[in-house]
Amino acid sequence: MSLTADDVKKIAHLARLGINPQDEDNYAQDLSGILDLMVQMGSLDTSEVLPMAHPMDQSQRLRPDKVTEQNQREKFQAIAPQVEEGLYLVPKVIE
Amino acid sequence: MDNQKWEVVIGLEIHTQLATQSKIFSGASTAYGAEPNIQACAVDLGLPGVLPVLNEEAVRMAVKFGLAIEAEIAPYSVFARKNYFYPDLPKGYQISQFELPIVGKGYLDIEVDGVKKRIGVTRAHLEEDAGKSLHEDFHGLTGIDLNRAGTPLLEIVSEPDMRSAKEAVAYMRQLHELVRYLEICDGNMQEGSFRCDANVSVRPKGQKEFGTRAEIKNINSFKFVEKAINHEIERQVDLIDAGGRVVQETRLYDANKDETRSMRSKEEANDYRYFPDPDLLPVFISEALKAQIKATLPELPGAKKQRFIEQYGQDDESATTLTSSRELADFYEQVVQLSAGEAKLATNWMTGDVLGALNKAGLDISHCPVSPERLSGLIKRIADNTISGKIAKQVFDKLWNGTATADEIIEQEGLVQITDMGAIEAIIDTIIANNQGQVEQFRSGKDKVFGFFVGQVMKETQGKANPAEVNKMLMAKLKG
Amino acid sequence: MHTKTIAELARGLRSGEFSSVELTRNFLDRITQYQNLNAFITVTADQALAQAEAADKKLAAGSTGLMTGIPIAQKDIFCTDGVKTSCGSKMLDNFIAPYDATVVTKFNDAGAVMLGKLNMDEFAMGSSNETSFYGPVLNPWDTNAVPGGSSGGSAAAVAARLVPGVTGTDTGGSIRQPAALCGITGLKPTYGRVSRYGMIAYASSLDQGGPMTRTAEDAAILLQTMAGFDEKDSTSVDKPVPDYLASIAQKLDGLTIGLPKEFFGEGLDAGIAAIIESAVDEYRRLGATVKEVSMPNLKYAIPAYYIIAPAECSANLSRFDGVRFGYRCENPADLTDLYTRSRGEGFGKEVKRRILIGTYALSAGYYDAYYLKAQKVRRLISEDFKKALSDVDVIMGPVTPSTAFGLGEKTGDPIQMYLSDIYTIAINLAGLPAISIPAGFLNAMPVGLQIIGQYFAEDRLLNVAHQYQQVTDWHQRSPKGFE
Repeated sequence: MSLTADDVKKIAHLARLGINPQDEDNYAQDLSGILDLMVQMGSLDTSEVLPMAHPMDQSQRLRPDKVTEQNQREKFQAIAPQVEEGLYLVPKVIE
Repeated sequence: MDNQKWEVVIGLEIHTQLATQSKIFSGASTAYGAEPNIQACAVDLGLPGVLPVLNEEAVRMAVKFGLAIEAEIAPYSVFARKNYFYPDLPKGYQISQFELPIVGKGYLDIEVDGVKKRIGVTRAHLEEDAGKSLHEDFHGLTGIDLNRAGTPLLEIVSEPDMRSAKEAVAYMRQLHELVRYLEICDGNMQEGSFRCDANVSVRPKGQKEFGTRAEIKNINSFKFVEKAINHEIERQVDLIDAGGRVVQETRLYDANKDETRSMRSKEEANDYRYFPDPDLLPVFISEALKAQIKATLPELPGAKKQRFIEQYGQDDESATTLTSSRELADFYEQVVQLSAGEAKLATNWMTGDVLGALNKAGLDISHCPVSPERLSGLIKRIADNTISGKIAKQVFDKLWNGTATADEIIEQEGLVQITDMGAIEAIIDTIIANNQGQVEQFRSGKDKVFGFFVGQVMKETQGKANPAEVNKMLMAKLKG
Repeated sequence: MHTKTIAELARGLRSGEFSSVELTRNFLDRITQYQNLNAFITVTADQALAQAEAADKKLAAGSTGLMTGIPIAQKDIFCTDGVKTSCGSKMLDNFIAPYDATVVTKFNDAGAVMLGKLNMDEFAMGSSNETSFYGPVLNPWDTNAVPGGSSGGSAAAVAARLVPGVTGTDTGGSIRQPAALCGITGLKPTYGRVSRYGMIAYASSLDQGGPMTRTAEDAAILLQTMAGFDEKDSTSVDKPVPDYLASIAQKLDGLTIGLPKEFFGEGLDAGIAAIIESAVDEYRRLGATVKEVSMPNLKYAIPAYYIIAPAECSANLSRFDGVRFGYRCENPADLTDLYTRSRGEGFGKEVKRRILIGTYALSAGYYDAYYLKAQKVRRLISEDFKKALSDVDVIMGPVTPSTAFGLGEKTGDPIQMYLSDIYTIAINLAGLPAISIPAGFLNAMPVGLQIIGQYFAEDRLLNVAHQYQQVTDWHQRSPKGFE
């Protein structure tokens, strides 16, 4: 499996991850190396195997429908980059 | 559009906000209309380290819905992360369900212009709502309110079974009625509790394959759904007729301009990278839980309508009207009960004067100024001939505009029907004596003049005479 | 005071030999004295002294809790209300957590004194502590060597006696590997035993917090405080917590130890193999019998892990977007610019590498070949362990293929770094508990022995580790200059 700098650029955009153009080749190389490790798995027959998402075979616990949280806006927004009138501000969203 | 040439294919995705007290994965309130971000707790904000825990009531509501549309309830369903970046989506992923939704295939029956049709429901899945972007000008910036983030949604996806905007509206209405019957959604469309996205495509009649579809977002009233879909059909047909091609895209309906336009921000192909959310475990629904929830199901609209027809002798139209909401049906049944079974009178009054007045005032039944008690008080007096139907209308006006009971109004205004036949006979005799010309006309075959005599009697008695008795006696006297 | 174990310190506090304030001052002084190790990101001296004073009052009033007045430190991955919680990243350099992690609350409630927040690999991604935004931590045994990672600050601080016990987190070996490389005891509990609420997620289905101490007995004391069901964590398991100290003194007669042949193959330093063998001999003398077991799918653990962990991390780290908390780039031109630059500037190289891998593995067309395949392999590995553990009480083996490597030695080759996780990663995939204890020295650098147990058999692991520590003194050795 070999990824190109162009692939890296696409993946980085999907992840909204800024990457210096001069590092793209380097990442492509690293990523290709990591994906090469996966080739080993390819030889393993897993057609009959159920995927395992969690170590524990348990079911989701359900929470009673009760309001337990109080307003903590001030505390939460004290650590926000930019707020006004209780709103988080971001560059204009165009729909 | 040339109906002979084109067939329209519509599928709807309807997002219903579930009427829970707290959010789907946190203990924050879901109440509408709070100040920005005061109902966005650490979990809703996606603070580092926080974890979701599933709301039991949201699960029960989803199962309730599934049972109501006779759908398969998944014994095992899984939450997945849908990954995309948007400022109203705090974690950069939405917790939703993908491969294993909680509700599988079911159906809903609709009726358009007297024709019944079954619309398939592909699936319904639980997910969290996003926050809101406020585009008022904050020095050229957008404000983000995350109060709505984490509100439970049940996304109900239909099969592409609808063939006209009318059918789409009928399906949407039917669903709207159902979720309110089930009390799993308040159905408030202004507040966004019931939102609709429509997938619309056209294909030449007879073609098997579907045409390329466009998804119209943000159509949040019955009126707009019909307009938006019809507009979109027209756009697609015009496009194809002009030699163009429909592209798969998301379009936004602008109610002010009555048009759809492409959404620029979502132009690029989405790759949502769904995968099972490792913070949540699979949800198991046992047969026992299903049975327990089934026992809480209310009588559903279809069954209720059938019962109204059989039990109260209603015609199809009245039954449809009176079962169109659970509140209205309950109101009706209370009136019947309180008026000692005057079902027919109750039906007439409810479908006629009551709904008419509500409609005129722009109110729904839960805000009706005349309570079932007061309405049944009126109906009882009509039934026992204390007042005539005509007088009843005057009484109803006073019930509507005041707080007195029907009996109080009848007493105060002296509206009791004249049952003394001797008194009525005297009035009739006087009128016949004073209007010999008209008597002659009647006797020479001008039947129409009969109405004149009835009017005179009613005028003299101020409408308090029983019309049937008046007719009978007048006829006898005039014929001599 | 700093040479004493937590068990000893608890006795000293109760007998009035010293107060919690004295103890706290003593450790705070050592932290200042050895700040060149770079083990701490934040030292919370004032808060610690206030907690110590409160603890002394509780002790005077007859508090019986073993943790009352004991100084500890938290890996900087646990959110601490009002205290910077950086996760070793520039992204959270300005992040003052507005709430406490459940583990932090539990220590506070137990009367422990938090001295500060420990350095770590950025977002727990690394095996050498070199990916930290705050610079590498030095190994007290050789300051030119790495302490291991990602809980490198935790391991170094305990090894250097800057604090008697700390928390760590383990996603692919991040407690056990640094514990081994720094010559201390580190326990990764069963997945679900310790709440993850407030522990900044790297890979949610693998992450687990646990104690790092000098002795197994101390690990038992810390785990007693940390463990337990948490209604805020859906993956935490509602199972009673046993009294870990109660069974620790149990003899080991009849213990069956499994040695997976796959743990002793190519790639393992011969010197380490010899040390593990002599540790196993020690267990034979303690009454254990030894069996060979086989885990044929173990070799797929690294590829499976390096798909699953990055996939989960790629989504877990999407919340760092410069909108509600954390780093935001200067003057974003538009929304996309805000995202890409805040994340591009806020995350370091290793974090980016894993986000990219995870994003790729989940993207359309690759999901089945990578993510789904890895999850299936995960089940096969987990079943290997289940099968082996149905035959034996515990599995033993090395923690690392070599002793601590030099600073900068592997930073240029991420894959070499990943391969060094070979003996620890599979345990996370299976969700099993495992402990690393000091078992000897190779060229004057510590070597760890790994003991893996049944699900929720932390009590057995602590017992097995403790009995070894009763007849050996590797865990008592102190690095030169830190005695």
